[in-house]
Amino acid sequence: MAKIKGAVVVDRERCKGCEVCVVTCPTETLALATEVNSKGYHYSYAANPDACIGCANCAVVCPDGVITVYKVKVG
Amino acid sequence: MAEITFNDIIKPENLAYKRSKLMTDNVMHYCPGCGHGTAHQVLAEVLEEENLQERTVGITPVGCSVLMYNYIDVDFQEAAHGRAPALATAVKRLMPEKFVFTYQGDGDLAAIGTAETIHTCNRGENILIIFINNGIYGMTGGQMAPTTLPGMKSSTSPYGRDVSMMGSPIKMADIVAMLPGTCYVTRHSVNTAGGVRKFKRALKKAVQYQNENRGTCFIEVVSNCPSGWKMTPVESNKWLEENMFPYYPLGDIKVPAE
Repeated sequence: MAKIKGAVVVDRERCKGCEVCVVTCPTETLALATEVNSKGYHYSYAANPDACIGCANCAVVCPDGVITVYKVKVG
Repeated sequence: MAEITFNDIIKPENLAYKRSKLMTDNVMHYCPGCGHGTAHQVLAEVLEEENLQERTVGITPVGCSVLMYNYIDVDFQEAAHGRAPALATAVKRLMPEKFVFTYQGDGDLAAIGTAETIHTCNRGENILIIFINNGIYGMTGGQMAPTTLPGMKSSTSPYGRDVSMMGSPIKMADIVAMLPGTCYVTRHSVNTAGGVRKFKRALKKAVQYQNENRGTCFIEVVSNCPSGWKMTPVESNKWLEENMFPYYPLGDIKVPAE
């Protein structure tokens, strides 16, 4: 069966750490970092990148449009 | 087969979602988690996909979204507080080939601009009104708005809105739906991915109706205000679902006959 593999790229400097993407993600790929960006926000990052299915829900709800999503079919 | 690495996936041909090209590089001044940002992204996507960049005139309100012209790369005109529908009327009548929309908050549209909103909808002006309803005056510090829920605390109703003294919240979408001039009246939200996608479809319908000169389209977005409500963005989205949605139910209120 064909499987979809996804990848998210977060623009860390623009992220405001609102956490909306983290609760939206169906596969718990994203999490907030313990480090902060130059504005002092705990930015979002792909903590579990292997789980990403490229559904783009995180990018769609992101108020600041900092997430870019890619996906490929494997197998 | 070899394992696919992260660098194999992030290639332009595999792109699934990217911020609209119509969004400028300016970082938005909105608070973290604000629904305005999401609504801007969706609007920019629709304008890009419908190829409307060259013939769009947006009317910005007074409120948090006053600086919207810094973020979406189309023509804008700033209106006095509440007067966006009146200005949009003028723009559309002078330049009927343009796609004209107003983007207003609840303090702008439902308080100071009530008269303009109702009469514009009653005349059936061929414009799109996007109404962001977060039940509070966000920009000025969280004062009570006409759309504040009964019992909801704000900086000018610290014990909660008292309906016997301050009246009940106004449902603007239901009011304008009663007017014969409106063509399409609907209520959406942008707090979940599904809600955002439905809002996008509604915007596309509104573009189509304006192209066909069908009358005023009115899209209400029930949104959050984490700073004004004194909550984290995630808590505010939960509060929105539990408290705002029962009073402002989502869905189409008026749809035109095909």
